[in-house]
Amino acid sequence: MELYILLIFMICAAIVAIEVKDLLSSVIAVGAVGFALCLAFLILKAPDLAITQLVVEILCLIILIRATINKDLPLVIEGRWIFNTFSTLGFIAVFLLFSWLALKELPGFGEPIMAVVKKYLQEGVSKTGSVNIVTAVILDFRAYDTLGEATVLFTAVIGIMAILRRPGRKK
Amino acid sequence: MLFCVGLYGVLRKRNIIKMIVGLGIMEYAMNLFFVLLGYRFHGRAPIDAKYQDILNMVDPLPQALVLTSIVIGLAVTALIISIAIRIYEKYGTFDITKIKKLKG
Amino acid sequence: MRQIEAFEGTHEIASGASRPRNDIYMIDNPKTGMTLIVKTITRLTVGLIMLFGIYIILHGHLSPGGGFAGGVIVALSFVHLMLAFGKDVAAARISKNMASNLESIGAMMFLFVALLGFLGGSFFLNVLNKGNPFNLFSAGTILLSNISIGIKVGVGLFAIFLALVILEKSSKKEL
Repeated sequence: MELYILLIFMICAAIVAIEVKDLLSSVIAVGAVGFALCLAFLILKAPDLAITQLVVEILCLIILIRATINKDLPLVIEGRWIFNTFSTLGFIAVFLLFSWLALKELPGFGEPIMAVVKKYLQEGVSKTGSVNIVTAVILDFRAYDTLGEATVLFTAVIGIMAILRRPGRKK
Repeated sequence: MLFCVGLYGVLRKRNIIKMIVGLGIMEYAMNLFFVLLGYRFHGRAPIDAKYQDILNMVDPLPQALVLTSIVIGLAVTALIISIAIRIYEKYGTFDITKIKKLKG
Repeated sequence: MRQIEAFEGTHEIASGASRPRNDIYMIDNPKTGMTLIVKTITRLTVGLIMLFGIYIILHGHLSPGGGFAGGVIVALSFVHLMLAFGKDVAAARISKNMASNLESIGAMMFLFVALLGFLGGSFFLNVLNKGNPFNLFSAGTILLSNISIGIKVGVGLFAIFLALVILEKSSKKEL
């Protein structure tokens, strides 16, 4: 029941974030969407995700504000506006149709099929010795994924340092 | 549903910052969808305690994947923002219909 | 400098009115950083934030958290220090070269812990001893993995923030 209220709030905040003409307000609306997502994670009983989503949301807001401060927004609506709107709506309608057809195959909400995880849950504590099952999964059973993610973060840091470097003498 | 709002934002709006916001909303929607897949009614959080049974837990496998995905999403957003800052310095505006020159 | 001052301006409006400032220490220069309220609160709570982040990293296998969330919290403590005191004070402590060196050390430590599993058998095997659960040292290699990932994530995100701030100072001089 609370999940539906949170979902409606998230949809409204997302629509506000996109439609508003001011840049600072839309960044704050994205912050509201992220915070509601953290509450949704708490309701769905995933405490690791809630902590991580909260702090990552704070950093994302800091970076977004850094980019949008003092930058104006000249809004120009050019021609071909009707064609653009209709083609976008048509694309979204096709996407919705295919996703509805695909989502009927999933099991019902609230009864997951835990074919692989049953084995992880039963011998998780005895084989790894860690009480937190999520940490045991990402650091012992599936440690390759964590290595891949460390590589992605490393690449991102190197990329940002390379893009935002002053090229010495600009003419 | 959130995914559609994000998709509309990416396709439709012409300001680059709005496109980044739409991308961020799409990413939030996908993470939520993944966690919703593994929910069990009146389940328990996937942390073992001394006196509770095991087989009543929520699915911990999508949670592990989404944990990785949240941090990767932050890295991708930071990269795109830095590219946007560079574009603003070079062209002076954020409107993508004015950014047409590919050389110089 | 105009952009940093405008950035501080929004935070100043958000954090209350400004009060008369006194220069006791050298850090309390009224030209850099934010108002006195923010500086006092930062001085009190930055140590607590870093301690909280280290706690979440170390207890990753007993309670929710793990390496990623704890690493991001440690990075947030550095960013808080830099936001409140102006960029010169924080950049003097951890320069850009040292930040990138620390991050590479963190990544290599993770690989080292992974290769340690070669002694046991396959690639990532959990070879250190496991005591009884609910203790701190009871989870084998998971503890070392958490610490190395925490260092890597924390310092990496702080390096990203340094790159963002140092750029705009030099960019406003050119335009």
